[in-house]
Amino acid sequence: MNAPESIGVVAIFFAAAITNNILLTMYLGMCSFLAVSRQVKTAVGLGMAVVFVMTFTSAINWVIYEYLLVPYKLEYLMYIVFIIVIASFVQLVEMIIERVSETLYNALGIFLPLITVNCAILGAALFMIIRKYTFLSAVSFSAGSGVGWMLAIIIMAGIRQKMANSKVPKGLEGAGITLIIAGIMSMAFMGFTGMITLN
Amino acid sequence: MEFQVFELVQSILIVSGIATFLAVLMVIADATIGNYGEMELVINKEHKHIVEGGGTLLNTLKEEGVFIPSACGGRGSCGLCKCKVTEGGGDYLPTELTYIDKEEQAENIRLSCQLKVKRNIQIEIPEELFNVKEFRTKVISIKDLTHDIKEVRLQLLEPDEITFKAGQFVQIQVPEYELSDESVYRAYSISSSSSEKGVVELEIRLVPNGICTTYVHNHLKEGDELTVTGPYGDFYLRETDADIVCVAGGSGMAPIKSLLHYIEENKITRNVIYIFGAQGRRDLFLLEKMKEFEEKIPNFKFVPALSSATPEDNWDGETGKVTDVLANYLQDGANTEAYLCGSPGMINAVIEVLKSKGVKEEKIYYDKF
Repeated sequence: MNAPESIGVVAIFFAAAITNNILLTMYLGMCSFLAVSRQVKTAVGLGMAVVFVMTFTSAINWVIYEYLLVPYKLEYLMYIVFIIVIASFVQLVEMIIERVSETLYNALGIFLPLITVNCAILGAALFMIIRKYTFLSAVSFSAGSGVGWMLAIIIMAGIRQKMANSKVPKGLEGAGITLIIAGIMSMAFMGFTGMITLN
Repeated sequence: MEFQVFELVQSILIVSGIATFLAVLMVIADATIGNYGEMELVINKEHKHIVEGGGTLLNTLKEEGVFIPSACGGRGSCGLCKCKVTEGGGDYLPTELTYIDKEEQAENIRLSCQLKVKRNIQIEIPEELFNVKEFRTKVISIKDLTHDIKEVRLQLLEPDEITFKAGQFVQIQVPEYELSDESVYRAYSISSSSSEKGVVELEIRLVPNGICTTYVHNHLKEGDELTVTGPYGDFYLRETDADIVCVAGGSGMAPIKSLLHYIEENKITRNVIYIFGAQGRRDLFLLEKMKEFEEKIPNFKFVPALSSATPEDNWDGETGKVTDVLANYLQDGANTEAYLCGSPGMINAVIEVLKSKGVKEEKIYYDKF
């Protein structure tokens, strides 16, 4: 099936967010998912930062890939190029937000350094290349992946907040029980498969 | 062949071109967006500093030579570098709230390693922190005091003098080594005399798997360099004419020894009694030094007490818990000040005894570790 033509831009968005959730089906971006999912409030902040960074870096990376790397046959360098673009973009955005709005910085900017090395961001950029998306599909896919990641971490934070006072066996405290919950969530999301397909 | 070389050069140029472009962009951003210009930092309403804006408060203060105690080195994971910001602090950051509760928020207490200096700022810190400096030191001797306590003497190199009140402590910076993959700070009381300005002497007891104590006991050698900051703490001799009771156990000896140096050198004639608790004879140390103090200080008595003396110890001094010994020696505590240093368990028990003997709570000074 030829993805870009057969699925509309909107469908790609929902597929990326729900059926092919980057976190729960690919298990990408686990580090910050485990570390910053204790409270819904911080999870929302981190989630929004991921949506923002993922969407914009994918767009920039798509342009660089298509108009610089492909014409000069340098596709094999995309890993390095994508990484440095993501890193400097995050840094730049952090500086701008810090300067412009303190409230925005407190809510979102503080999380930016955490996600510079989030593999979900690089993952989304690589998927859009592998799947040969057009520019619009790529942006929609990355935004969808970001929203999906945010959805997953907010759900996780909600669950963890609920069970903050529950007794967890000693060996499973912290990351252990979180991974088990993530597994169950992932199974729940499998229920959506078939609604829209993305490959 | 020629074509391949051309291709190679081209790809190198493109990749380094992208990297250079981004680097230049970052440098420009740093100089424009990231440049906050000069800010005015006012400490305790009287000390004005003109500082470079944009950095964290902790680092900015460090640049100005003001050291706020911090154990994690500014990563927001120890919660020690608290400081009162009366103006220009802005809103609380999510990273601060883990360590700052509602009451502290009402008092404008901030975590100085998270807060950035982005406008003119006013802060309040304890006056004695002005005296805190970072010292480069060299180990001149390491000596066994008991089977698990070592005496470490440090020569101050840069700056080469320290001004402290007897009883205060310094923080040792332990570098990364096998037990710890980051450098950490740990506090130890100074045991040398406050008149000996070029040297800092510490008494360090080995705690199994303790990061700093293991480092000092098993890795540190004479001649090594060590970074310490200090002096810190409000455990020092109050200038009154009340009787003095000192109670210590183990390496709690250190600050008391410093106090005794001070009492001796300043010819203080107040009544001083020092009860030192240990398990067996092998845990006693510096007995000679204490005898010397007893000869030189007019009204001083040293009472070592063993809690579990064995027959082999051949001990004819006091036995039992320090609390019982203290209760025997102290009859009326109405005009008494107490200086305690030891484990929290011991200190809490001793405070109860002191209160029952009439010592006022505000006259009990202690250093728990």
